[in-house]
Amino acid sequence: MTVFHPGHEALHGVTVVVEGSSGRLWVGRYHETTERGVVLHDVAIHDSATVSESRERWIERLRKFGIKVEEPFVLLPAKEAGRITRLTEWRSLAASK
Amino acid sequence: MYNEMMVKPMREEVSRLGVRELRSVAEVDAALGPGEGTVLVFVNSVCGCAAGAARPALSLALRHPVRPQQLLTVFAGQDLDAAARARSYFADYQPSSPSIALLRDGEVVHFVHRHMIEGRGPEAIAADLTAAFDRYCPKQEVA
Repeated sequence: MTVFHPGHEALHGVTVVVEGSSGRLWVGRYHETTERGVVLHDVAIHDSATVSESRERWIERLRKFGIKVEEPFVLLPAKEAGRITRLTEWRSLAASK
Repeated sequence: MYNEMMVKPMREEVSRLGVRELRSVAEVDAALGPGEGTVLVFVNSVCGCAAGAARPALSLALRHPVRPQQLLTVFAGQDLDAAARARSYFADYQPSSPSIALLRDGEVVHFVHRHMIEGRGPEAIAADLTAAFDRYCPKQEVA
C-alpha cells in the first residue's frame, strides 16, 4: 500500500475496521494509535446488542453504500481496540478460518 | 471552507480534462435533472491523500475510448449547495469526498467511495473506473 502521509503510520487517513474486545466493530478513518488508544474520525459502530444485522452484512452494506457517520471522533481505549484492518480488506475471523 | 486561491488548481486539474464544473443548484439540476444517458459525477475534495490520487485517476480513466456521455464535477466543502444537490441524485450513497458516481438514465450503476480510493494508486483506481465504463457506457459514446 502506498503511504501518502510522510511521518504518519501507513493507515493514517484510511478507513479501517477496528474489532473491539466488547464485540463491537468500529469503522472509521484511522488517525493514529497512541498510548491512550486508537483515534478514529467519522465513525460508524456495529453493536450486536442493538443491531440485528450480522457483522458481515453490515460491513458489506458499508462497502457498497458508504459510512453513515454516528460519531465524528472516537478514541478507543487500548483495551478495547483489537485487530485493525482496512475496510476493503476486512474478513470476519470466523469466515477466514 | 478553504481559500479559493488554494482550491483553484484542484478545480482546474479536473476541468481541464473536459469535466464540467457545477457550482450552483440550478446548474446541477440542469445537468442531472433530465436523468438521461450516462453521466459521471466527480465529487472533488481538498483532501491531499485521497483526492491527490482520485484526480490523476480520473485523468487516466478519461483516456479510455469508452466514456460516459456527460462528465460533471462538484466541489465538496467549497460549493456546499451544489455538492449537496448533486448528492441528492445519489442519495442512497453516504456522502464522502472524493467520490465518483456513474449514473445511467438517472440510476446509479457504479459508485467509488473515498474508502475505495484511500491508499491506492491512480492506476488501480482508473482501472476500476474504466471497467465500469466498459460495462455501463455504450462504446460509441464519447463525451
